[in-house]
Amino acid sequence: MYDKEKLKQLESAEENYMSRWQKNVEKLAAQGKSAERKGKFVTGSGASVNQLYTPLDVADIDYLENIGFPGQYPFTRGVQPNMYRGRLWTMRQYAGFSNAEESNARYKYLLEQGQTGLSIAFDLPTQIGYDSDHPMAEGEVGKVGVAIDSLADMEILIDGIPLDKVSTSMTINAPAAILLAFYIAVAEKQGVTPDKLNGTIQNDILKEYAARGTYIFPPAPSMRLITDIFEFCSKFVPNWNTISISGYHIREAGSTAVQEVAFTLANGIAYVDAAIKAGLDVDTFAGRLSFFFNAHNDLLEEVAKFRAARRIWAKIMKERFKAKKERSMMLRFHTQTAGSTLTAQQPDNNIVRVTIQTLAAVLGGTQSLHTNSRDEALALPTEESVRIALRTQQIVAYESGVAETVDPLAGSYYVEALTNRIEKEAWEYIYKIDQMGGAVKAIEQGYIQKEIQDAAYEYQKEIESGKRIVVGVNKFQIEEKAPEGLLKVDPNVGILQAKKLAELKAKRDGIAVQNALDELRAGAKGDANLMPLILKAAKVYCTEGEICDVLREIFGEYTPIQVL
Amino acid sequence: MAIARLITKAENEDPEATIALRQLYPKTGRAFLVGITGPPGSGKSTLTDKLVKELRKRNKTVGVIAVDPSSPFTGGAILGDRIRMSDLALDEGVFIRSMGTRGSLGGLSQASHAAIKILDAAGFDYILIETVGVGQSEIDIVKTADTTVVVTVPGLGDDIQAIKAGIMEIGDIFVVNKADRDGADRVVIELSQMLELNQNMGEWFPPILKTVASRNEGIIQLVEKIDAHKDFLNSSGELIIRRKERISNEIFNLILKRVSVEIMRKLAEDNWENELAEILEKRKNPYDVIDRVIKELLQ
Amino acid sequence: MVESKIRVLVAKPGLDGHDRGAKVIARAFRDAGFEVIYTGLRQTPEQIVAAAIQEDVDVVAISLLSGAHNTLMPKIVNLLKEKGAGDKLVIGGGVIPDDDIPGLKAAGIAEVFTPGTPTSVPIEFIKANVKK
Repeated sequence: MYDKEKLKQLESAEENYMSRWQKNVEKLAAQGKSAERKGKFVTGSGASVNQLYTPLDVADIDYLENIGFPGQYPFTRGVQPNMYRGRLWTMRQYAGFSNAEESNARYKYLLEQGQTGLSIAFDLPTQIGYDSDHPMAEGEVGKVGVAIDSLADMEILIDGIPLDKVSTSMTINAPAAILLAFYIAVAEKQGVTPDKLNGTIQNDILKEYAARGTYIFPPAPSMRLITDIFEFCSKFVPNWNTISISGYHIREAGSTAVQEVAFTLANGIAYVDAAIKAGLDVDTFAGRLSFFFNAHNDLLEEVAKFRAARRIWAKIMKERFKAKKERSMMLRFHTQTAGSTLTAQQPDNNIVRVTIQTLAAVLGGTQSLHTNSRDEALALPTEESVRIALRTQQIVAYESGVAETVDPLAGSYYVEALTNRIEKEAWEYIYKIDQMGGAVKAIEQGYIQKEIQDAAYEYQKEIESGKRIVVGVNKFQIEEKAPEGLLKVDPNVGILQAKKLAELKAKRDGIAVQNALDELRAGAKGDANLMPLILKAAKVYCTEGEICDVLREIFGEYTPIQVL
Repeated sequence: MAIARLITKAENEDPEATIALRQLYPKTGRAFLVGITGPPGSGKSTLTDKLVKELRKRNKTVGVIAVDPSSPFTGGAILGDRIRMSDLALDEGVFIRSMGTRGSLGGLSQASHAAIKILDAAGFDYILIETVGVGQSEIDIVKTADTTVVVTVPGLGDDIQAIKAGIMEIGDIFVVNKADRDGADRVVIELSQMLELNQNMGEWFPPILKTVASRNEGIIQLVEKIDAHKDFLNSSGELIIRRKERISNEIFNLILKRVSVEIMRKLAEDNWENELAEILEKRKNPYDVIDRVIKELLQ
Repeated sequence: MVESKIRVLVAKPGLDGHDRGAKVIARAFRDAGFEVIYTGLRQTPEQIVAAAIQEDVDVVAISLLSGAHNTLMPKIVNLLKEKGAGDKLVIGGGVIPDDDIPGLKAAGIAEVFTPGTPTSVPIEFIKANVKK
């Protein structure tokens, strides 16, 4: 980035700037004044940090080739030409609990408070394809999200919310096709055709195997469901983000920043490969792939991570998959602040952590953001906590000034050097996974899980040895009273949902249900695109559990490889 | 409950365990013991899981002893094999017990011998003993089986080398698991070539099977081969020979262990420190001392 | 008799897939010299209790972050009692509101460990309380 001759002067004997600085540092240390606080300085992910970064650390960067302009390949500085000067990121708080009625009220509240998109959290039985009355659902109904058993619940969930105006993100993976079908069916009842719908389904099964745990089917049929969705949406729901390839949970499970990028993009490669193998042209679906990353505590490392991820993905799409459209090369992503960094001790400190993480996401160029609430290490967030979390985003957007120019940290010696290092180390992982036969194989062999777990255990040991300071946890502790006013989910939600299910089953057209399930079974045995069959079943009020049971019968269930 | 607690007592070398084993002994000998061994990553636990399910389909009850190495530094262990068998937990006809090697010399094989007898006396038709095929103590355990299944997979780098040391000779059946991977046929060929070189081959020529345990492929054939080997052992009289050898080894080792405890005790109570000093100063020689100690012990 | 080892079953009941904590604690238990048996995900209380009995563990350590603790943890304790294994030490960990802790303790959970607890705390608790 710099004139080579001038760079040389930094180190040259006559000018002696570098050595004079180094001598000054040594002199201070020798005098016992201002000695370094610790032997080694590291990033949040444990990578070593130099004392000082200078133009020498970025000497090899070619601005046009490695950084470039926003909205242009390799998109290091962002996917839109003017970023937040045009439109701010979408403020999207992940919410959902109890039953459809209560969640619907929370969504309306959030929209009134200035939130600009919905993000639906489903309970675990919904995520794993069990109806609320299934024995495995005991104690879980309505707990970590809302219970949706059928189209009837979805109708209540988004009642009064205009689906042609609001974009909706759904954290749903193994049964993503079913929940998308419920959503399309409700929209049609509102008079909104599928081509007008905006939103995202997570639909990322590989990270479920590796880090999050809500898998149902084995890899091969799961990949088929995913590519069926790609194909269906490219024709009928063209503005829908068909997948959100997620590093968030990989990081939450304990990975480093580099691993988060590498494993997420390796999963991305696997999906693109699968879709191409299924006969799709890369440019018909690649533009609808989206990503989901974590914003952790180390502000500058995180910013560098987002920038590196954009640059790597652009190269992958252009060079490996020969995508032609620029849109196919853009890594667009949602961000959530790191839930695992929140502490149960002195919970209000979490507001500050979330603020730093918000800055990381915004300075890293996110397209949408969820900010965690201060009480999440204790319970589900209360309405007040959620509002503060949303206000945090709004303050960063309207008061901090960081959204007023594009990619303001570009050109920082440190940030550019970090961006390069993360890119280099992520490629090393990606090549290694390539050699193992791709992400699916690497997960089946437990490689990715083992890497994440090793990093997680290392992190915990650092906290316990005091090498890593967590304010309020292993330093600056105080005596605390038990927090009050935490949100409680009605313990009877399960019973109420089961009752609703029984009523639904008595009321619906039993023959239509049976026929739809039979057609789905036949389709699953063959190689039909399953999306239209699932949509048909959804419309006649087949339950999610019934649809999943048919697919379980044909596809079998995934048995995890457990690595410890 | 009683079975589980008794195994714990045997592991902890509780004298109550010996008392119980004395009573149980007449009821043992009915179970058929299958050892399953192979390098880490060969899919032994998954194979064991599928094997148990196939045996259950045939109405056989099954005990499983899964052995994992203990950490030499802390003595702790993560006993991870049970995870692959978690859906067997509620089957009354299956008993799974995980054991750590606990590092002590010969200690584990003693505990596993006891565990086998306890499960045998409890009436299980088959007892599967699953261990990592590295280290002498694991090999010793596997040697106690009536039929030993050696598992390998393609792509372990030095494929055959990984299982060559020590266990090539003890395999009655060889399994190339994950046979859907590239290189499975090559492993089969290498294995058969090595088996042909084995001079000590008896009447039973070990078969080599391909399985994909995760997809339940080849499991029926494996059960059939195990049963075929069982028939061979019975008809050839080899079973009696093997079991005689096994109990002889076990008795020998137990005696050795007890005697060595006696020796340590004896040496400790004698004027041992002074005697050692005298040996070092060449006023006595070790050989005379040895003769004297043995003589005293045998009195 | 040799020194007996403390055996711990690390259990993940219900549908919760967050196993970072369970796996970190399993490794920490191993490094503390315990023998650890990990159940894997999505275990029913019945499966957990059967494993605890067959493995004759001294401790059942339940990890749960999904909010189903009030249902599943007491159920495990009750099943253990029913099967005559009520002498095992049962502990719990995860995102558990303080308000719920007295109820869980009354139900027979010996101690509950919330986020931010160093792994040394449950380790010391087990060493002090296991019935050997």
